[in-house]
Amino acid sequence: MDLLLVILVDGLIYGAWLFIISVGLTLVFGVLGILNLAHGSLYAIGAYATATAVGIYFAYGGDAFPLGSYIVMAFSALLVAVVIAPILERGLLRHFYHRDEVIGVLVTYGVFLILEDAIKLIWGVDPLFVYEPYDLLGMVEAGPLFYVAYDFLVIAVSAVTGFAVWYFLNRTRRGKVMLAVIHDREMSQTMGVNVDKVFLLAFGTGVFLAAFGGALTAPMISVSPGIGVNVIIVAFAVIIIGGLGSIEGAALGAVMVGISRAASVHLMPELELFIIYFVMAVVLFFRPEGIFVRTQTRKI
Amino acid sequence: MKALSDIRITTALALVVLVGGGQLLPDWALFLMTIALAKGLVSLGIVMQMRAGLVSFGQGLFFCIGAYVSGLMANFTGVTDIFLLTALAVLACLAVGGAFGPLLANYRGIFFAMLSLSLSMILYGVLSKMNSLGGTDGLNVAAPTFAGYAPEGRDLSMTLYLYTVVIVVFIGAMLRTGFDSQHGLVSLAIRSNELRVEYLGASVRRTNAINYVISAVLGGIGGVITGLAIGHVDPEYAYWTTSGEFVFVAILAGYLSIPAVFVASIILELVRSFSNLYFPNTWQMVLGVFLLVIILALPNGLGSLFQRRREGGS
Amino acid sequence: MSDSSTGATPALETRGLMKSFGAVTAAHDITVSVPEKAVWSLIGTNGAGKTTFVNMVTGYLHPDEGTILFQGRDITRLGPREVTRAGICRSFQIPQLCSELTVLENMLVSLAIADPKPPSFFRKARESAAEDRAMQILKRFRIEEYRGRLMSELPAGVRKLLDIAMSMSGHPKVMLLDEPTSGVAAEEKFPIMDLVMEALAAENVTTLFVEHDMEIVTRYSDRVLAFYDGRIIADDAPGDVLNDPQVQRYVTGTLAPEATS
Repeated sequence: MDLLLVILVDGLIYGAWLFIISVGLTLVFGVLGILNLAHGSLYAIGAYATATAVGIYFAYGGDAFPLGSYIVMAFSALLVAVVIAPILERGLLRHFYHRDEVIGVLVTYGVFLILEDAIKLIWGVDPLFVYEPYDLLGMVEAGPLFYVAYDFLVIAVSAVTGFAVWYFLNRTRRGKVMLAVIHDREMSQTMGVNVDKVFLLAFGTGVFLAAFGGALTAPMISVSPGIGVNVIIVAFAVIIIGGLGSIEGAALGAVMVGISRAASVHLMPELELFIIYFVMAVVLFFRPEGIFVRTQTRKI
Repeated sequence: MKALSDIRITTALALVVLVGGGQLLPDWALFLMTIALAKGLVSLGIVMQMRAGLVSFGQGLFFCIGAYVSGLMANFTGVTDIFLLTALAVLACLAVGGAFGPLLANYRGIFFAMLSLSLSMILYGVLSKMNSLGGTDGLNVAAPTFAGYAPEGRDLSMTLYLYTVVIVVFIGAMLRTGFDSQHGLVSLAIRSNELRVEYLGASVRRTNAINYVISAVLGGIGGVITGLAIGHVDPEYAYWTTSGEFVFVAILAGYLSIPAVFVASIILELVRSFSNLYFPNTWQMVLGVFLLVIILALPNGLGSLFQRRREGGS
Repeated sequence: MSDSSTGATPALETRGLMKSFGAVTAAHDITVSVPEKAVWSLIGTNGAGKTTFVNMVTGYLHPDEGTILFQGRDITRLGPREVTRAGICRSFQIPQLCSELTVLENMLVSLAIADPKPPSFFRKARESAAEDRAMQILKRFRIEEYRGRLMSELPAGVRKLLDIAMSMSGHPKVMLLDEPTSGVAAEEKFPIMDLVMEALAAENVTTLFVEHDMEIVTRYSDRVLAFYDGRIIADDAPGDVLNDPQVQRYVTGTLAPEATS
């Protein structure tokens, strides 16, 4: 029974984290039609920016108000989005909206290569550590087990993020416009939607969510080159399971992958990486375009 | 008839240049050429699929299988004969490609790209965790022998290089024939309009599956040679960034010309080794910029500089 | 001439085809029996169910209910490729061509596929025999001068003809033409129809064509099916169908629709 509980809690923590790093990816694909291979690099940049900013915060008297480091983390992610999103979207991606989706993958692969080295140029190759925010909240007792409270913060933040994205898309005017673009880009364009603005906003949100995922993760890991390379792969698996472009799908996919992986870690650790793709393969076998499908019709 | 003799002339010319030129190359360049040609085979497999509109981001799967055939056989059976190893790599990739090809042939676009990527990542994950196969450290590979001939030093590099050249030129010539064949033209038609091809009565799925299996075999041959040339294999062979480099070469080359694929592969290896020497932390950036420039400026790749699409007349 | 046509198996037969998309009925009890060598036309406003009918017969869509028989054989559940292989071909309202290939190459593709054997990896696509045959077909449709052009460079009429020429390279027994003259300049319509109908008649192909131009309907078809709201509301010789008040009201618009009913 305990094992089941452990798997469930671990799975939820991991799933919550997965959702944060995946939801931006699926949003960007849904609106722009571009599967952003550089998403993981943006995550890494968020982590690095946070490590630097939080480091500075504590070096200059942040100890007086340590919880302020959480605000610094969020702002670091925001800064990354504000700086990078317009450059990438306006300067590069918009040239490829009318091209094949595979071209988008190739272009963002090029961006990935550039950003991976840019990270090394800016931050060097030595790992950075910012453990303070991770330890701030202490431990939590869950039945027979102890967890770092920060892990539960990740769940809470993930839930809030999910709700915020849902609220934005379904309850605000800008969000509804964006949702309309996700459902039918051409139709929205002919209806007079200013697609340029929607694209920039969506991509900016995507970059922010990626960087925010990195910011949230930075205190839990040693921030070093290559952390984004793995992230992108699991995030892909999650959003393909859920159906590309579907926010609900990303949530469901994240929980499924999270719990499966936790089960594997505790029961069959050698299958840890395998299990993610196994879940994906099973889902795709029954639902070839993911669980929440965007159906496409072709007129002839 | 003209086209046929074209192939023969190009083939003979390629053989003479590569064999003759190899004699003049210093050791490091000989090694670089061997690797570039072997990896070019893997990218050629991607190009083959690109002609039907599919981009595989998981060719590292077969590259890795081929490489591990050389490593495993050397470590567990003592077999080092390159002909036998190549044949085994081909068989292994035929089996795996034959199993997954018909499944993946149902998918298009990014689904195909990402599913093929996932397959190679599964292999990466499995190999990383299998300590009996060396785990993340991988395996050392014994030097190959050539039907009893066991050269050393420069002779070994030269023999391996010549072996690679012969295979590359032979496969290149075969694929040129394939590209110009009915199958090749139907592949191009699928790239343009899949629905039309089905409505003419051909199976898109079958064509894609055939292309996948052929590219699997090419990946395996590229892998076995690379493994033998480097003398070491590890799970990184199946990692998605390795596959990404093969895609890079395929995009750089475009789908029009076969020699362009190997030229692109040589360019990549040159950039890699010089960057490693002079700016080790920015060579990926160079590649990235290069890739974006190619996509923007030369959408049909380097090959479009070598070979214009022929007009329909005569 | 017409001695054996009575009692023979029809070339194409549909029984009670039903198809709906959500709340929209695209086909309601479509039952037709097309004899060999017949040339029929399908008329109706947009959304009346003509293209849905063509799509169902050629396997792009499957009916919710009903049966489709080709020379007596049930083909209801077959896909486009199998239907094509069986001997039913179609053309498209928007010509479906391979945009990256030249006109000649498009023709070569269709010939390579029309071969009963699957496209060979070892047989050259451009061997001279195949090129000669492709050129013959292009000449027959009078589009040989465009052989080296890409699709983006072709006039609308040439695209239509190429689309149909490609569909015919498999020597179909039944051909469905989806609006063969739509998008074509008025003065080109008759020349195009002359070429196409002559080619089809030469091979005794049973032909159904979707058409909006009543002059073409009258001149080229020996029977007309009028579609409205997913149903066939008239099925007779062209003169009779065009004089039918329901057809005039709902299809040709020569009679104002009833205000209420």
